[in-house]
Amino acid sequence: MTTSDTATTSDSVARARVTEVLRANADAIADRWVQLQLEQAVLGSDLTESELHEEADALVAALAAALGGDVPVQRLAHGDQDLNRIVTDLSLRRARGGASPTVTSLAVLALKQALLESVRGTTGESDGLLAVALLINQLLDAAGALSFEVYVEGREAIIHRQSHQLLEMSTPVVRLWRQVLAVPLIGTLDTARTQVVMENLLQAIQDDEALVAIIDITGVPTVDTAVAQHLMQTVKAVRLMGADCVISGIRPPIAQTIAQLGIDLSTILTRATLADALAAAIKITDAPGPDGTDGR
Amino acid sequence: MTRSHAGTTRAPQRAETVEPASDSAESSTHPVASEEDLLSIRHAVRAATLHAGFGIVDQTRVVTAASELARNAYVHGGGGTLTLDIVRRLGTTGIRLTVEDDGPGIADIEEAFTDGFTTGAGLGHGLGGARRLMDDFTLSSTAGRGTVVTATRWNNRRAP
Repeated sequence: MTTSDTATTSDSVARARVTEVLRANADAIADRWVQLQLEQAVLGSDLTESELHEEADALVAALAAALGGDVPVQRLAHGDQDLNRIVTDLSLRRARGGASPTVTSLAVLALKQALLESVRGTTGESDGLLAVALLINQLLDAAGALSFEVYVEGREAIIHRQSHQLLEMSTPVVRLWRQVLAVPLIGTLDTARTQVVMENLLQAIQDDEALVAIIDITGVPTVDTAVAQHLMQTVKAVRLMGADCVISGIRPPIAQTIAQLGIDLSTILTRATLADALAAAIKITDAPGPDGTDGR
Repeated sequence: MTRSHAGTTRAPQRAETVEPASDSAESSTHPVASEEDLLSIRHAVRAATLHAGFGIVDQTRVVTAASELARNAYVHGGGGTLTLDIVRRLGTTGIRLTVEDDGPGIADIEEAFTDGFTTGAGLGHGLGGARRLMDDFTLSSTAGRGTVVTATRWNNRRAP
């Protein structure tokens, strides 16, 4: 018998032993795991003890079922569908609940202790205990790594969604007067943002049959050439829709900076304040149309 | 008239010498590799100008120049770094921006400073504009080796 045969045999013996222990002591292991997690005590706020018990029962059952199959131990956490789903759900729940990544992967790793204790308690023999410990380590380290991975992905998904929401929220088009719309811009104006502003604004111009669109940049801290270019693009598009565009909220330092940069905004109607811009807009909408009517 | 120019009695090279502040907290390097980096650079520069006691107009100038130079490094130089130093000279405080990239370099520097000249899709006012917004400005570029821009703005507000 070669050494590798010996190793394979002791591995499968250990696997059978762990599976057996998991099946026979499922409740005890699950309870101990919950207890260990509660001792670590820094759980995400919205996980109740009964939810933890539910989680634990499901995970222990899935582990026993997965070990009963023939997928190699190292690949079980990723490869076994049920086990993968349970670890994923568990990690996502903690990620959303605001638990730290440490707490999340430690929660999975705490199962090691519960499991080892249980194996040692059921048999007096110390033979093969090392193989069992190694197997439990391999299995749950992989599960811990999966849990961490899922946690990070979960958080990234949240961040992505929030930045998307922020983009939508931060570009409202408001109706200020009959046929006068306004977009108060807050923050920076990059390419993505310009696209959203432009789409919202042009749609609103069509829906409201607006004649003037006011873009207020009071809340834009820096106007560099890129921001100016994006503003000019927006103005051009608004004009193509047959409406006029007024840019308001140009603060003194911004005015000086734009002048020094050498950006020519003279073709665009600009005003210092939103109030001035509204006055200018009302004058434009009140001007008589070419057919002698008042343009309404 | 007792108005005096502090620099006139000193040797020119002495007056030109700019010592970085000894405090290492007053120097920081920021990556320029994405659109988001430009945002954090503007925040960092804004904070530094406040720290150096700049007025609102000078704050805006330096932040805008930093934004232009960093964007150039990102768009034309394929990314690089911006180093922000608070420097002192003859009792005044200044902000020095050093923007480095290892992109293709600038073929004709004079042309690059010309307003309206651009090799990309921008307005072509960034580099010349940044030079006008800052007090001291040097640019060196080697074809194939990248570009280094150093620009300083001094606080011209009288110390309280």
